[in-house]
Amino acid sequence: MSAIIKIESLTRVFDVSKPWLNRVIERLPKALLTAVSEVSFEIEENSVYALVGESGSGKSTIGKIVVGLVPPSKGKVEVEGVDLATETDASKIEAVRADIQMIFQDPYASLNPRWRVREIINEPVAAKGGDTTGLAERLLEQVGLSAKDAAKYPHEFSGGQRQRICIARALASGPKIIVCDEPTSALDVSVQAQVLNLMSDLRKDLGLTYLFISHDLTVVHHMADKIGVLYLGRLVEEAPRDRLFDAPKHPYTQMLFDAAPRMDAFGREVEPPKGEIPDAINPPTGCAFHPRCPIAVERCSKERPEMRRIGETRVACHLAE
Amino acid sequence: MTEKTPVLSVRNLVVEIPTRHGILRPVDNVSYDIHAGEILGVVGESGAGKSMTGNAVVGLLDRPARITSGEILLSGQHIHTLKGEALRRLRGKMMGMIFQDPLTSLNPLLTVGDQLTETIQEHLKVGQTEARNRAIAALEEVGIPAARSRIDSYPHEFSGGMRQRVVIALALCAEPDLVIADEPTTALDVSVQAQIVALLKRLCREKGVAVMLVTHDMGVIAEAADRVAVMYAGRLAELGPVREVLTAAHHPYTAGLMASTPLASQGKERLRQIPGAMPRLGNLPDGCAFHPRCDYAQDRCRANPGPTLDTCDGRAACWFPLNTKQKDEVSA
Repeated sequence: MSAIIKIESLTRVFDVSKPWLNRVIERLPKALLTAVSEVSFEIEENSVYALVGESGSGKSTIGKIVVGLVPPSKGKVEVEGVDLATETDASKIEAVRADIQMIFQDPYASLNPRWRVREIINEPVAAKGGDTTGLAERLLEQVGLSAKDAAKYPHEFSGGQRQRICIARALASGPKIIVCDEPTSALDVSVQAQVLNLMSDLRKDLGLTYLFISHDLTVVHHMADKIGVLYLGRLVEEAPRDRLFDAPKHPYTQMLFDAAPRMDAFGREVEPPKGEIPDAINPPTGCAFHPRCPIAVERCSKERPEMRRIGETRVACHLAE
Repeated sequence: MTEKTPVLSVRNLVVEIPTRHGILRPVDNVSYDIHAGEILGVVGESGAGKSMTGNAVVGLLDRPARITSGEILLSGQHIHTLKGEALRRLRGKMMGMIFQDPLTSLNPLLTVGDQLTETIQEHLKVGQTEARNRAIAALEEVGIPAARSRIDSYPHEFSGGMRQRVVIALALCAEPDLVIADEPTTALDVSVQAQIVALLKRLCREKGVAVMLVTHDMGVIAEAADRVAVMYAGRLAELGPVREVLTAAHHPYTAGLMASTPLASQGKERLRQIPGAMPRLGNLPDGCAFHPRCDYAQDRCRANPGPTLDTCDGRAACWFPLNTKQKDEVSA
């Protein structure tokens, strides 16, 4: 097993300042939002790596950086040994680009309503001048739709079927890696099961690697081999699936697990977590989680914890053991 | 349950939408009661008619959808016949509503305090100062820190979770008997969702409010609801105490729904899936609406009239209910 994606101290800062004139008149400083801060991890070939976190934790930004939709501010993303941000050999970049595809959250917004399904699926190949004869028909059957559907428009399909079309499009260029940004959160439970099963089957049949981004812990538990937990743009814990769910080490991970609704917890009375995710423009000093952390000590508010390895788990907490 | 009159009683409710292609029935012959201090969870997939049922109760159906038969009783009083002003007076005073998206259910141009005092003064005979004090108390009750200073803030100055608290305060400030919460936590993060669910449960218990909790999240239902109604294609598929329905479903649809949640299949390679999708309202199959997707369907399921709660065992609208032989099956 080797790492197909290597991410090293990845940082992405967005400038969310007001327009220049307002800043001068109102004497405001620049506002910088650090969406991703010093995140490092590796994804093994043919595995599912899941990123979980609440809104604003930077999980989608990481996904977009990996596929090259957003450039990183600092740090390195290596896909199959090629750093897309600095590589100058165009043929290498092109080869890697074809190996990464993406599936988006909203299957209603990610398909062009004026194109037929055939054109949508063929586009990634046709754009490079490849041969598309019978491609859409073959892929549609592979994702559980029928070849006849190629002549239809997206509005003729339900949400689950549209997500299958998105998957077919992602498969068109014969990729090795698929970045899935909340692929099932717009779908109903029974349809979600169909799409997740399809994704598992494709992974086995085609040897795919998934970077799976989700806020739903139950989905992540079902799909992932390894899970990274993000909080305010920082990776706070990373562990293989069972390790993480059996023995979460970071207090945030523990809070997240306690807060998630469970189907076997009838009338459960829990002390709900306190507070909310802080403002990413002015994050707390030290450990970003310390204002909400039940076990925080003084050191947590001063010193940002480094990623430490404890057994199979990597955790960024001064107190975890 | 108690013998008292239920706070909300829906009897054989039918909502119809006339279209060019015929009449659609998004709510078809639905009956249920909610008692004081009880949370009734309503689950189903999109298009099952759960929100439409809630909107019919509060009289917020958009034309051309209309109630064509059945009745809705609020504390024993018929309300489905009320119109205009009479209905408006009832809303807020007797019924509070919490919608999915807290940003669109607040007026962005008015401060939170203005919106609360307006509602309070509309429904309760109190003066300006008293209304303001009550508004502050309402905000404190839903857990907004420093309510006295936050009351003059605008909705955009609150975070998503705090906004949803404001919406809950708004729904409860005129002390209604019934609260209809339509996907109140769907737009929120897990940790905030846990806070809001805990808040709803506490308020329901302390104030004895009857709550209709519409959601698609089985986990939220399991934790919050006392009883659960499962809807499919506009009809009630199953109605019963939450623990029994979720652990030993009688209706194959409920069982399929439970099995297809990733939580239920821990460790397994594949999830159990229900084949196909919910039929469109204009194209419902004969008999039981679920039979084309059902593993247990037999000839009787395809014949009209389809099963209803009344014609079957009272809990599931199914001719061949599951789990009826096993007794006291309690799985952890």
